[in-house]
Amino acid sequence: MSVKQEQLREAALEADGVSTSLYGSRNKIYPQSVSGFYRRVKWAILIFTLGVYYLLPFARWDRGVYAPDQAVLVDLANRRFYFFFIEIWPQEIYYLTGLLILAALTLFLMNAIAGRIWCGYLCPQTIWTDLFMAVERMIEGDRRERMLKDRGRWTLRRIHDFLAKHFIWLMIAWWTGGAWVLYFTDAPTLVVELATFRGPFIAYLWIGVLTATTYFFAGYMREQVCTYMCPWPRIQAALTDEHALNVTYRYDRGEPQASVKQAESLRAQGKAAGDCVDCNQCFNVCPTGVDIRDGLQIDCIQCGLCIDACDNVMTRIGRPAGLIGYDTEINVQRRLSGLDALKIRIIRPRTLLYAAFIAIVGSIMLYALVTRSPIEISVLHDRNPVYVRLSDGGLRNAYTLRLLNKELQPRHFHLDVSGLHGARLEVIGAQTDGDGRAFVEVGPDQSREIRALVTIKDSNDARHRRDIRISATDVMTGRAAMVKDHFIGPER
Amino acid sequence: MTSAPREDIDAHTGTATTGHEWDGIRELNTPLPKWWLYILYATIVWAIGYIIVYPAIPLISNHTPGILGWSSRAAVTDELMQLKQQRAPMTLALDKASFAEIAKDDRLRTFALAQGRAAFGDNCAACHGAGGGGAISYPNLNDDDWIWGGSLEAIQQTILYGVRSTHADTRVGAMPAFGQTGILNASEIDQLANHVRAIGGLPTEKTYDKALGDKIFGENCAACHGDAGKGKIELGAPNLSDKIWLFGSDKASIVQTLVRGRGSMMPAWTERLDGATIKALALYVHALGGGEPSP
Repeated sequence: MSVKQEQLREAALEADGVSTSLYGSRNKIYPQSVSGFYRRVKWAILIFTLGVYYLLPFARWDRGVYAPDQAVLVDLANRRFYFFFIEIWPQEIYYLTGLLILAALTLFLMNAIAGRIWCGYLCPQTIWTDLFMAVERMIEGDRRERMLKDRGRWTLRRIHDFLAKHFIWLMIAWWTGGAWVLYFTDAPTLVVELATFRGPFIAYLWIGVLTATTYFFAGYMREQVCTYMCPWPRIQAALTDEHALNVTYRYDRGEPQASVKQAESLRAQGKAAGDCVDCNQCFNVCPTGVDIRDGLQIDCIQCGLCIDACDNVMTRIGRPAGLIGYDTEINVQRRLSGLDALKIRIIRPRTLLYAAFIAIVGSIMLYALVTRSPIEISVLHDRNPVYVRLSDGGLRNAYTLRLLNKELQPRHFHLDVSGLHGARLEVIGAQTDGDGRAFVEVGPDQSREIRALVTIKDSNDARHRRDIRISATDVMTGRAAMVKDHFIGPER
Repeated sequence: MTSAPREDIDAHTGTATTGHEWDGIRELNTPLPKWWLYILYATIVWAIGYIIVYPAIPLISNHTPGILGWSSRAAVTDELMQLKQQRAPMTLALDKASFAEIAKDDRLRTFALAQGRAAFGDNCAACHGAGGGGAISYPNLNDDDWIWGGSLEAIQQTILYGVRSTHADTRVGAMPAFGQTGILNASEIDQLANHVRAIGGLPTEKTYDKALGDKIFGENCAACHGDAGKGKIELGAPNLSDKIWLFGSDKASIVQTLVRGRGSMMPAWTERLDGATIKALALYVHALGGGEPSP
């Protein structure tokens, strides 16, 4: 198409009132307040999750004198993560991987059972946006008032509302960032430091960053985060099926739309009339500005507020509630073709599969956690020289050992070598027992690197490479950790 | 103005298409949010600022310097200075402490070994190998055979002043060229080479006459290497009776040693490295496995 043709085409479209711009302005959304079951559920979840988020850093957990007593702590400086009775070292990051896999599978399972439960009720973006909207409503009034104010002039009242709203928003955002940094160091200490302006710069920086993102995402971006930035709606759309419960407009019952009076007269004549009175309440309360009557769509976070709004209207006009509700696509289709709705099948191959995966991954993680050894040993053979010829003709190999003591108290270990006849293990700079066994101390919750030498007198053994095992035995408990490696001699 | 053609508006959604068509599939014009576009503009503005403050545009022999005057070399120098300052207290403590004091101080010893390891890689590994494994004519520092002594003090002395180096306090000791100077003739050298192998417990040739070998060794070699060939550390004369051969144990190598002599060189590092680094090196080498107790 030539430029000229393109211009003509666009002009024709514009003349018909169709926009040809490639860039769209946001249509500001003014969600109306609503009351009902789902609204109450959302309030309860909001209070609970925010409560956990803001208060958890202050929870204590006794770990003895050598470790911090904060229940949940990401100790970056010492590279430790504490979660109540669990303590994780950096090399155990696979626990985090396992948790992420579990989180993804749980998300899939939730989606297979009842759609976007995560998006509608649990996602931080939804929770904080909900909180910010509540503040907005409290100060500036409900949907209609806010719309009028936005179009009106800047009166003193409006300036006051504007300042009050943004002040409270910023306070909430600041608390969000403030709680975040408390997870990274001793919370009560940091609170005192921050309050007296003696806190570390990095803490103020992160509070600033999170204040900005919270304020911006919950105050301004809102549904655009879900619509444009989040990948989950796209994935979710590919994962759902006709048996999954979703927030659904039951168009089999709602259509054809008619006013209350029209519907009454139609029904009196024995003709079909839908229950939808086109009051637009479902649209007005929607936090993402979606019309649920258009069906499942990517912008819909399935928060259930339209269910509350519609139920209120149906009750008022004396029709049964549930014109919008959690339903499956297949049931809507079946009722539309005059068939009976199927029972909701929570247990289906899809949900069973997800549940099985969750059980498997969860069991593996639990097993790993329960059998987690308090001592570990790893070994690295010297690369250069791989062996040393001694003056008496003996051979020696050197190894770098790393001993991990995950107990919260100092431990002493005996180091031994086995699997090689006549081999002797010595550790430079370490003490030895009466019987000549090397003996090292590793501090509480620490690791220690040790250089160990293994020597044999007999160098006439024809093998170039021999298997050996090096073990560390806790002097107190007798618990041992063992590692395999090789003893290398000259090539023959 | 004519009415828009029907195919330019999607029947199902009522949205205009972009007019682009591939195999009958038309692209809906779902507008991008404007703020997304503004982010692109913001990055362009950011790039302009970046070009102004940081080095950015390559010129023929240089580049635009940027008004901050930042350079990666200056940044590295700065970081090295900071690192040096950070380590200064430990370096000073290491410089002052005696070996006995260091042995008792775990923290200082760990610091010294780490410093020594780094300094070894920078200065010594070229000849002695990454782990001090040595090679022909470069001693293995892991074994228990020391030509000039394996105590911490002896190792430190060797590193400080070197062996046959240009420094006035260097360790000196030379293996004469018995063949080239005409002190010994070819058959004597042949006998001697066999004798040296015999001392080292290695097989000898049929022509070897032990009595003759003993006599030649006693007259020419025993002064430095000792009657039994056990060597003398004060003279840097190696032990010939052990299993370690710096220049090789085959007969040809030994003949070469006897004919031409040996005089490999170890530099005096006091001219290049500070006292703390040399002390760290001595501790590191001593801890490789062959270190001997102080006298």
